[in-house]
Amino acid sequence: MQDKQHIILLFLSMFILIAFVGFFQSWNLALTIFNLCMISSIMSLGINIQWGNAGIVNFGVMGFAALGGLANIIVSMPPTAKAWDAGAIYILIGIIIFILSIIFSILVWLKSGRSKKNKYIINFFLIILGYFLMRYIIDNPIKEIEAIEPAKTGYLGGLDLPVIISWPIGGLLAALIAYVIGKISLGLRSDYLAIATLGISEIIIYILKNEDWLSRGVKNVNGLPRPVPYEIDLQSEAWVLELTKFFNIPISEISSIIVKLSYSCIFFVILIGILLLLEIAQKSPWGRMMRAIRDNEVSANAMGKDIKTRHLQVFVIGSAIIGIAGAMLTTLDGQFTPVTYQPLRFTFLIWIMVIIGGSGNNFGSIIGGFLIWYFWVQSEPLGLWFISQITTHISDTNIIKSHLLENAAHIRLMFMGMILLITLRFAPKGLIPEVKR
Amino acid sequence: MEFLNSFILITNYIIIPGLTYGSQLALGALGITIVYTVLRFSNFAHGEFMSFGTMSTILLTWVFIDSNIKFGTFPTAIIVLPFSIIFTIIYCLLVDKFVFKFYRQQKSKSVIALIVSIGVMFFTGGLIRFIIGPGDKNFMDGERFILKAKDFKMLTGLDEGLTIKSTQGVTIILTILLVILLFWFLNKTKTGKSMRAYSDNQELALLSGINPERIVLITWIITGTLACVAGTLYGLDKSYKPFTYLHLVLPIFAAAIVGGVGNPIGAIIGGFVISFSELLITFAYKKIFFYILPDNFLPDGLFQILSTDYKIAVSFIILLLVLLIKPTGIYKGKIIE
Repeated sequence: MQDKQHIILLFLSMFILIAFVGFFQSWNLALTIFNLCMISSIMSLGINIQWGNAGIVNFGVMGFAALGGLANIIVSMPPTAKAWDAGAIYILIGIIIFILSIIFSILVWLKSGRSKKNKYIINFFLIILGYFLMRYIIDNPIKEIEAIEPAKTGYLGGLDLPVIISWPIGGLLAALIAYVIGKISLGLRSDYLAIATLGISEIIIYILKNEDWLSRGVKNVNGLPRPVPYEIDLQSEAWVLELTKFFNIPISEISSIIVKLSYSCIFFVILIGILLLLEIAQKSPWGRMMRAIRDNEVSANAMGKDIKTRHLQVFVIGSAIIGIAGAMLTTLDGQFTPVTYQPLRFTFLIWIMVIIGGSGNNFGSIIGGFLIWYFWVQSEPLGLWFISQITTHISDTNIIKSHLLENAAHIRLMFMGMILLITLRFAPKGLIPEVKR
Repeated sequence: MEFLNSFILITNYIIIPGLTYGSQLALGALGITIVYTVLRFSNFAHGEFMSFGTMSTILLTWVFIDSNIKFGTFPTAIIVLPFSIIFTIIYCLLVDKFVFKFYRQQKSKSVIALIVSIGVMFFTGGLIRFIIGPGDKNFMDGERFILKAKDFKMLTGLDEGLTIKSTQGVTIILTILLVILLFWFLNKTKTGKSMRAYSDNQELALLSGINPERIVLITWIITGTLACVAGTLYGLDKSYKPFTYLHLVLPIFAAAIVGGVGNPIGAIIGGFVISFSELLITFAYKKIFFYILPDNFLPDGLFQILSTDYKIAVSFIILLLVLLIKPTGIYKGKIIE
């Protein structure tokens, strides 16, 4: 019973913290923070099922989140009609040929066994051949597609479906890629796995940044459709005008609060849904098996558990959850900007959330997501306030003071590092420790 | 003549930049490898240690330039390097005392130490940005070129010019010196030998009277030196921005793993493998074919295997291939569970 009170107390204080922002800064900001807190929580739930339950180190959060963002484009943007005339189908054919060449070379690799010395050379040439064949097929169509109104389109476009479909699709896309990555790299030791997944996520971002035909690259995709009404449409509705009179705040603010609130409702439902599923999974025999594998691989293996398959399974599930969260994030932003995907913000910050919240506990991940995101956003004004407090006695023209004030925003990195180090040292189990079952 | 021209072209665009970047990576990878073998964890904060070293160099360079201490056309940054190395070592030792020591004594799993090093990475990154700001800093002064393209053309009468920047020269020479010093230390001195013994078998080393605290101290001294020099050389060559050092960690890890983690020679080889493959794969070969092939055979296109935007991604691809095919790396490294 003590545990439940503890959890409720933590969540209550979290809501009070967010309410503080509402009272002292603005409710708009408070809702923005709340929405992003929920997305961060979903991402950390994804990491928690991998690290907390199965002991897999996945540093590829950034890549999976970006794949979710890509799903937004593929599902919801209108197709560029001219691009399909220009031979978009050839791009697909080219990529399929390349993938086939890789599959073929893997088959050759497996068939040739240990004895053959020149299998490296054969495989090398197979893949090179596939690659150049692909380049030969796709280079010209890509050039043509990217030349179609480069300021507006210059890419394939999407399927013009409702954007909410892109969330499960984003999860599926992430799961698909996670399956391939997992097949390749889950056999590695934890350090290597961490570096490998980090590297793969960087490769994904590089592809999204540079393949303009797919995601417009650094030119960004703007104006993604929304699952909720637009502010402008709301402002002409009668009931919104009533509300404006009732609360006595400007109409622009109330419309944007309504939009954010509707996002909050959708996100909340999804968060609770994922949380429930994960809790059921954790309590089920499957969850017990995962923990057994985490705690002692050798004896779990001796009990007849297929460790490789289970690891792959949990890796795919966790990545799919991150993919869903990534898709939601892009929808919330209304645009897809590959440059904003940074490992610091997307990978390591999520890890801090999981560790602080308590690895192995789903409620812990959620509170970690809320708390860390809150301080990540709020430590900038806090740092500025702190610096200006300690430098009040120094005159405004002092170089050191202006320098300090200028760089105060970077205190938040130090702050995050400190929180992580202190938690790991003095409370390695986190805010809400794993439940002993 | 055509072959000479294309040879100069390759030297100018691949060999010299490859050697420079490879040296920088090799120094970084050596630092990671040494921490990995002796202290037994993957140090993600190494990039920020490099950044810290570079920052101290920049600050000291400003002090020196302000007080008008000059050494002819020699870059001031290299003169202040010994002092900034000391700062970096002090910082590394402080971090070890307050952070890493605890986990070493607890005998925590290496994964935990890895996550701890991420905390250190955040903290150091914030500290650096707080002290020097996130902007671009150029701290190269003195003579910029050892050999200019124009002079080379005048000298040899070839069509292609060869440029050697002084930062490139300094990088390669300093790296050679440092590596010789390191290998002399590890292989010939008693302390170096005891360090290797400690990394091979901790219990046995303890039994034979090796003081572990001293080994740890020396490890951080070496790591700090390598990090500071590698960071400064990279910053001199490409201009310093705190942000880039976070992205440098991965190619450095790639170099260490490709060569075989825990093997110093492997780290150096790995650095050059990564740097040359990055350049070879993203180089536009058109100009070379222009010299070698007869005119009417010359097809159009740049002859680039991958576009230059993918330069850094190449190192990750190689890392993945090595992890898949031969996880121990080119030279068999250590595997620590």
